[in-house]
Amino acid sequence: MAALAEIAAAPETRSLAEQRIAVATQWQLMWWRFRKHKLAVGGTLVLVAFYLVALFADFFAYADPQDSDAQRSLMAPQSIHWFDDGRFAPYIHALKGTRDPLTFKRVYVPDTATKLPIRFLAKGEPYTLLGFIPMERHLFSVEGAKTGETLFLMGTDAQGRDLWSRLMFATRTSMTIGLVSVGLSLVLGVVLGGISGYFGGVIDTVIQRIIEILRSIPTIPLWMGLAAAVPNDWSVVQIYFAITIIISLIGWTELARVVRGRFISLKQEDFVMAAELVGCSKMRIIFRHMVPSFISHIIAATTLAIPAIIISETSLSFLGLGLRPPAISWGVLLQDAQNIQALVISPWLLYPSVAVIVAVLAFNFMGDGIRDAADPYL
Amino acid sequence: MIAYVVRRMLLAVLTVWAISVLSFIIIHLPPGDYVTSYIASMSASGSAVSEGEATALREQLGLDKPITVQYAKWMGLILQGNFGMAMEWGRPVSDVIGDRLALTMVISVAAVLFTWALALPIGIYSAVYKYSFLDYVFTFVGFIGLAIPGFLLALIVMYVGFAYFGANVGGLFSPDFAEAPWSVAKAWDLAKHLPIPAIVLGVAGTAQLIRIMRSNLLDELRKPYVMTARARGLPEFRVVLRYPVRVALNPFISTIGYLLPYIVSGSIIVSLVLSLPTVGPLLLKALVAQDMFLAGTIVLLLGVMTVVGTFISDLLLMWVDPRIRLGKD
Repeated sequence: MAALAEIAAAPETRSLAEQRIAVATQWQLMWWRFRKHKLAVGGTLVLVAFYLVALFADFFAYADPQDSDAQRSLMAPQSIHWFDDGRFAPYIHALKGTRDPLTFKRVYVPDTATKLPIRFLAKGEPYTLLGFIPMERHLFSVEGAKTGETLFLMGTDAQGRDLWSRLMFATRTSMTIGLVSVGLSLVLGVVLGGISGYFGGVIDTVIQRIIEILRSIPTIPLWMGLAAAVPNDWSVVQIYFAITIIISLIGWTELARVVRGRFISLKQEDFVMAAELVGCSKMRIIFRHMVPSFISHIIAATTLAIPAIIISETSLSFLGLGLRPPAISWGVLLQDAQNIQALVISPWLLYPSVAVIVAVLAFNFMGDGIRDAADPYL
Repeated sequence: MIAYVVRRMLLAVLTVWAISVLSFIIIHLPPGDYVTSYIASMSASGSAVSEGEATALREQLGLDKPITVQYAKWMGLILQGNFGMAMEWGRPVSDVIGDRLALTMVISVAAVLFTWALALPIGIYSAVYKYSFLDYVFTFVGFIGLAIPGFLLALIVMYVGFAYFGANVGGLFSPDFAEAPWSVAKAWDLAKHLPIPAIVLGVAGTAQLIRIMRSNLLDELRKPYVMTARARGLPEFRVVLRYPVRVALNPFISTIGYLLPYIVSGSIIVSLVLSLPTVGPLLLKALVAQDMFLAGTIVLLLGVMTVVGTFISDLLLMWVDPRIRLGKD
C-alpha cells in the first residue's frame, strides 16, 4: 500500500519541485546550487567564525595583547588538563621560570602543586565590546590569577606577550584589511571595467593596455617600493589605509577584466536591445538591467580576490614594510618567526601561519562555490 | 604574423616605459632627496657637508630641476648604462647588482621549468582520469599549495630541514664556493642548491597551472574529433597526446605571461627567508635605508626582465599556435 501511495505521489512531487525551480528567483537558484557544494559551505562556516573573532576579538582574547613581561618571554604553550578527579574541570599548572645555568636560556617548569582552574565567561581585563558595550567577561580565562601564572594557550613571544590574545587581534586586522582593500579594488574595477566593456573602442583599448601593463610588473618589488615610502611617523590607522590603497592599486585589474567580459557578452543580449528600443536611458540600462544579471559573478570574483590581498598584506608586514608594531596582524606576528634559530627553539611562533592558510583556503573554497553557483554553464 | 610581433613589441616597449615611470616615482616618493640622505649619511660618519656643497651637488645631479627634466636625465643616464651610485655601498649600482640579478633570473627560470614539468603531466592525468582518487589528491594538494604564501612555505621548509635533518637548506652555494670565481664546480654546486628554492617558488604557480590544464583538456576531450580518433582505433595515449593536449597547451603557454611576474615577485620574499644571494635582500635593504637609486634600479630591471620574458613567451605561443602565426583570430 505504502509503495503504491509513493508511486501515486511521485509525479506530483516532481512537478512540485519543477514548479519550485520555475518560479525561483535567480538568488534562490544560486543558493540551492551553492548548498550542494560541501567544501564551499564548509569554507563559508569557517569564514563566519573568523569574522566573529574579528568582531569580538576582545572577548576571545583573555589578555592585553600589548602586555609584555620579560619574566615570561618565549614560554611554550601550556598543556591543559581537562579532567580533575574524573570531573570535567579544565585547569593548568602555574609555571615557574628559571634560567638554565649552562645555556642561559629561560626554562619554565610547571608547578604541580598549584592548580589554576580555567573558567568560561570569566572576568578579566575590562574592555568595550564593539566599541560601546563595556564588559569584563572573556570567553575563557583564569580568574583571579597573579601575573606570571595566567594562561598561555599558545605560549608567549620574545617579549612575553600572550600569543593567543595577539592572534585574536591580528585576525581582526588581517581579515578587515582584506575587506577594505577589496572594496577599493571593487570600486576601481567595476567603474573602469564597466566603462571599458560598455563603451568599447579607444577607451577600451587604453584601459586594457593599462591592465596588461600593470599585470606584467612584478607586484611585490613595486609594493615594497611604495610601502617603504610610507612615512615612519604615521599613526597605525594611517599606515593601515596607506597599505590597503597600495594593495588595491594592483588588485582591481582582475575585477575589471571580469566586469568587462560580462558587459561585452551582455551587451548583445536581446533584453538589453529591448530596453534600448523602449527608450531606457543608458544609466537605467546599466543599473536596472545589466548589473543585476552579472552581480553574482562580481561577488564570486571579489571573494576570490580577498585571499590574494590577505597574502599580500601578510607578506608585506612580514618584511617589515607593511603594518608595523604596535599594529598587530598575521604578518606582524610572523615577523618574529623570521629567524630560523628562534624558530627551532620556539616553534609555536609559527602558529599564526595556520590562521593565514585556513583563512585563504576557506576564501578559495567559498569563492569557487559561488562562481560555480553563479554560472550554471561552467 | 609580423603585425602580431610588432604589436607585442610595442606593448612591451610601452610597458617598459610605464615601469620606468613607476620606478622613478618610487625613487621620489620618500620625503627628501638623494642629497638629503647623502648629507645624513655623511654627518652620521662624522663629516659635515656645507650648504654650498649641498647646492653644488644638487645642481650637479640636476635635483634642482623640475621633475620631468629629472626623469629625462635619469632615463638618459640609464640608456648609457649608468644606474647611479648605490649610496650605502659607495659603488655604482651596476656593480652591486650584477651577479645577483643573474641569479634571480636563474632561480625564476628554474621555478618556471619546475612548474611546467610538474603541472603538465599532472594536469593531463587529472583530466583523463577525472574524479579518480589521484585526481582528488592533486586537487587537494593544489588547493593547499595555492593557500600557502611562498615565504611561509620557505619558512616551513627551513624549519623542517633545520629541526629534523640538521641541515641548513638556505643559500645557493656551499660556503666553499660562495666567494669563489665562476667555474664548472661552482655551477654544479649552484645546480645542487637550486631545487629547493625552485620548488618553494613554483608550488603556487604549479597548483594554478594544473587547474588550468585540467579544465582546458576536459573541454577538448568532450569534442567530437576525439571520439572520431577513438572510433578509428587510435591507441588511447595517442588519442590524448597527439591532438587534445596540443590544443589545451595553448593557454598553458600564454600563462607564462603572468607566471613570470608572479614568480619573480615571489622570489624577492622567498630569497629573504632562504637567504639566497638574489636582488631580493638587496632591495629590502635599499628600501629600508632609503637608497632609492638602488631600489628604483632593481624595480626597473626586474620589470624589464619580466617584460622580456613575457615577450619571449608570446613568440613561443606564436610558434605553437598556427592561428596566431597565420594572423587569424
